[in-house]
This record gives sequence, C-alpha cells and structure tokens, in this order.
Amino acid sequence: MEGLEGPLLTIITASTPLLLAALGELVTERSGVLNLGVEGMMAVGAVCGFAAANLTGMPMLGVLAAILGGMVIAFLFGLLTLGLVTNQVASGLALTLFGLGLSALIGDAFVGVPGPGMPKLYIPGLSDIPLVGRIFFAQDFMTYLAWALVIAVWYFIFRTRGGLVLRAVGDNHVSAHALGYKVIRVRFLAVLFGGACAGLAGGYLSLVYTPQWTPNMTAGRGWIALALVVFAAWLPGRLVVGALLFGAVSYLALYLQGIGVGIPSQFLSMLPYLTTIVVLVVISRNRTLLRINTPACLGQSFVPDR
Amino acid sequence: MRIELIRRPEHSRTMVVLSPIIAIALTVIAGFFVFLAIGVDPLQALYIYFIEPLTAGWSIEALFVKAVPIILVAVGLSLCYLANNWNIGAEGQFAAGAIAGSVFPILVPGWNGPEVMVAMLVMGVLGGMLYAAIPALLKIRFGANEILTSLMLVYVAQLFLDWLARGPWRNPEGHNFPDSRPFDGGQVLPVLVGSDVRISLVFAVVAVIVAWFVLRRTLTGFQISVLGQAPRAGAFAGFSQNRMILLTFLVSGGLAGLAGICEVAGPIGMLRTTVSPGYGFTGIIVAFLGRLNPIGIFFAGLLLALSYLGGEGMQIALGISDQITRVFQGMLLFFVLACDTLIYYRIRFVRTGQHPAGEAKHGRA
Repeated sequence: MEGLEGPLLTIITASTPLLLAALGELVTERSGVLNLGVEGMMAVGAVCGFAAANLTGMPMLGVLAAILGGMVIAFLFGLLTLGLVTNQVASGLALTLFGLGLSALIGDAFVGVPGPGMPKLYIPGLSDIPLVGRIFFAQDFMTYLAWALVIAVWYFIFRTRGGLVLRAVGDNHVSAHALGYKVIRVRFLAVLFGGACAGLAGGYLSLVYTPQWTPNMTAGRGWIALALVVFAAWLPGRLVVGALLFGAVSYLALYLQGIGVGIPSQFLSMLPYLTTIVVLVVISRNRTLLRINTPACLGQSFVPDR
Repeated sequence: MRIELIRRPEHSRTMVVLSPIIAIALTVIAGFFVFLAIGVDPLQALYIYFIEPLTAGWSIEALFVKAVPIILVAVGLSLCYLANNWNIGAEGQFAAGAIAGSVFPILVPGWNGPEVMVAMLVMGVLGGMLYAAIPALLKIRFGANEILTSLMLVYVAQLFLDWLARGPWRNPEGHNFPDSRPFDGGQVLPVLVGSDVRISLVFAVVAVIVAWFVLRRTLTGFQISVLGQAPRAGAFAGFSQNRMILLTFLVSGGLAGLAGICEVAGPIGMLRTTVSPGYGFTGIIVAFLGRLNPIGIFFAGLLLALSYLGGEGMQIALGISDQITRVFQGMLLFFVLACDTLIYYRIRFVRTGQHPAGEAKHGRA
C-alpha cells in the first residue's frame, strides 16, 4: 500500500490546476458564454501570482494576485463579448494570445528566479492516518480549496435559486430576460468567476506545482480544461473524474520517463494532448448526454431589448 | 451611465472600411500606454516599433519575407471561418507541412536538381492537408469539437518535430546542434528579388487571387458563405455541410503546409526544432483583421509582419522582450473585434435611470 502514496499524490497535484480552471469555465459556460481564453487567463494568473509572492515574500498574497490577475483580463473579455457582442470564439482566442504575450512580458524579469514554496497544511490528527492521511489531509491550502470548490459549485448550480437563474440564462436568454433576470449581469459575474478560477489555477502552477516562472508554463492546460468541461457534460461531479484521469496520464508520462523505457520523452509529453482528443471523441459519440446538458445558448450573444 | 447598442437597420458600409483603421489607431494608442507602463519613452518606442522597419531597404524586404507565411495561412483560415469551421491548429499544420516537405532533402540529400523542389512543395501541401483532415474527420464522424482537437494537434506536431530535429533527422556533422542538414541546390527556393524574398511570394499572391475568385465567382464560394451564415438554409438548398467541413479544412491545412515547407526551404534553409514564431496563430488575427476577405488579408498580413519586425527592433534597440509582439497582436485582435460591432450597431451612451418611453423595439441578436 505504501507504494501507492507517491503516485496518488502526483495525480492529485497534477489534476488540481485542471480541476480549478475547468470548474470556472463550467460556471461560465453554464451562463451561456464560451470563453476560449482559459489558457491566457491561466498564464496571467500564474505570472501575477509568482510576481506578487516573490516581491512580498508572502505566498498567500500571490494567491490573491493570481485570482485578481485572472479576473482583470476576464473583465476585458466580458466587456467585449457582453458589452460589445463580439464573436465569443474569436474574442476567446484573442484573450489567449494577449494573455500569453502579456504574461511573458511581465514575467521577463522573473525567469530563473526561485519562488517561495507554498506551505503544506497538515490537518492535526487526520494527516497521521496511514496512506489516506498523507494524501487527503496533508496538502497545500489551494488543493483543499479546489476540492471544496467542486462541492460548492455543484451545490450552487443544482441546489440554489442563483444556480437556477444561471442555468436559465444559459439555456434560454430570451425567456430569462422576459422573466426579468439581468442576463448580461449574470453572464458578467459568471465570466469573472471563470477568470478568478483560471487565475487561481495558474497561480497553482507557478506557486505549488513548479514554484517558478517560465513563459508558456501553462503548456495547453487551459485548453485541456476546456475539453474537460465538454467531457464532464457540464456536470461538476464528472469534472473530478476527468481531472483525475488527466492527473493519471501526467503521472504515467512522468513514471515511464523515470524508469527509462525506450520511448523518447517527446512522445510521452504528447500523451495528455492525445488523451484529450480521444476523450473528446468518446464523449462526443454520446450525443444524448451532451444534448441534455449542453447550455442551449452557449456561445450566442444577447442584446436585451428595452 | 450605461452603454446601449442599437442595431442598425442595415450594416454600415462606411464602417466596413473604417473599422480596421480605427482598430489600428486604437492599438497604437493602447501601445503608447503599454510602453509608458513598462518605463520606456512611448514616442521613441512607437517610432522603433511601427516606423523604423519601413525606413530601410533590407527591412522592407524582411517585411515581405515574414508576410508570406502569414498570408498563406490566413487565406486558408478565412475560408474555414467563413464556413463556420474553427480551425485554430494552423500552427500544427504548418509544422506538418515543414516535416513532410523535408522528407526528400533529408532522406535523399543527393537529389538536389531543380525538380526536387516540386516534390518538396507537393509533400508539404499534402502533409498539411492530411494533418488538417484529422480534426475535420473527427468533427464529421463523431461531432468532436474542432477547436479543441485542432489545437491539441499543434502540441503533438511540435513535439514530433522536436523529436525529429533532435533525433533521427539531426545532422551528424552538425556539432550536436538540433538541426537537420542544410538544404542546398534545388532544395532551396529560388530568390525572386533582393536576398531573401523568394518565389513563395508568388504563391501567396496567387492564393489571394484564387481565394478571391472562388469566393466571389464560384458556386463553392457561395456554398461556403451560405453554410457559414445560415446552415439550415444551406441544408435545404442541398449543400453538404460535411463536404464543406472537409474541403475548408483541407484547403487551409494545405496552405498552412505550403507555408511550412516554404519557410524551411526558404529563410530557414533546414529543419529545426521550431520552424515558426507563431505564424499559425498570427494567421488567425490576420484573417479577422482582413475581414475574412483575401485582398484585405494581404494588407493585414503585411501589417502583422511589421509587428514581428517591430518587436525584434524593440529587443535590439531597447532590450525589451520580443514578447511585446504578442501583446500588440492580441490587443489588435481585441480592437478589431470591438470595432466590428460598429458595423452592425450604433453605440449610444445613456444616463442611468432614464428610459425613453415609447421608443421603438430594437432587434436582438
């Protein structure tokens, strides 16, 4: 049993950033907005988090800065797609290109600088339980936050009035507007939440996963998070399964590289991307599941008539 | 205060022409503040970025060298986007074209007569087409989202290229550099003017003209725009959605592949671990800035080529990271999209709390 601990820890740390980013995007898409800028928001979150933690020496301030950074550029996206009804696909791409460039520009001064680590929080008593203790109760604060957020988002979407409004706006914006709900306001909040989560996910990368800054360190994780939302059929519970699957694939790639099988490292690095394609194909064949759960107004702009 | 969008009864023809110009002006203004924020003299920086590259003969030549791959990629992408197929993996198809096109010069180095170039170009186009066929077929057969699959394939292609250039295709006499053997003789594209503007400029111009003709004068072009704007109407007219997905992906993949092989057989002259500074993604911006119109794309391509040169100039003159290029490109796309709203809507500033009574209902999107 002892041998399982290492792999499980790696899987959980590798899946946490995907889970965080995908969770935010899930809420955004539930409101009917498709934000393809997750990769860019993560990159900005990562550099803001690293810069703030490094300049102040306080990792917690880094976490806040990461969230804030993600939200600021998500705000730009909201302004464009909701305020000026621009094409959401194109605006999301613009956000990714801009975010990757901006993060590299800001981070230029921080390349090669060692970052402050994030302390692990040991939950007294529980963290001493063999096997489960180290895995579930001796993580850093952001991992706990991610998993708590899954439950919170699930509860919000399916058990609260606010969640019902969110889904109504995403499924039929004309009716939601006619009922008096502020479609644009709901969507803006959902976009900002998505930005906060993506920023946090980026912060996780630069503060916990590999405590340093390198340009393009997000390495497509924002895009994988987008695929995860489709895989999860917009259901938070399924998101956990998907994120853990990707965590396991990342672990497998590292493991195979470590024991030195005769496969070039580039092919092992391809694994997460190839898995994403396979996962998308498999889920897309299940058309009923997708038809029931896809927000009906996903990607459509709305101009309220007054 | 609140901003209200009012749909124009008819789209504004003035704005169709004006909006890219406004977008460029706004980008320059925003650039002023970006430079201010990173602590350089904004006017000097803007001069180095946008004007200086146009003042010397060699840099105008470089402008065309960089514009060629961007234009080739963007023309293909514009057909895809017009048909509502979101191929964003041109960067991967570019790499696939570069790899496939390099098969002969690397595996049969002795074959360097003028005829080898034809084989290389054909291989490059085929490589890009086959690679673009993957997301197209996955979309047709399984309904898999082409945005995500085409983008994932970018990473796969780049990793594969990295492996080739460091591994089996590395030049044994290359002092351990991760490059292939340098191409020679007929394996290098002939120069057209100056020292580095090659025959590929002709390919780009031909692509622009052919795309323009297809879109304006042929049934296929008509089908592309009908299926893009009103898929149901297209289906009733008997146009095949699936055929169009495959066709637009193959064309855009083929053009990206052509750009890829022209880059390795031209300015680079060998296969390397990376063959593109993001031309595949820049092509997306150019397609939109050029209003998905081939002629517009030609000029947009030159402008975005300028953004690369400007970024390099900044790095040399002021020591600023050349990532500034991507910031500018992202801002430009933001502004282009925002200004396009002006074509269909008028913007009105309304003081909050005042609802003009009895006003006519406006359309909704």
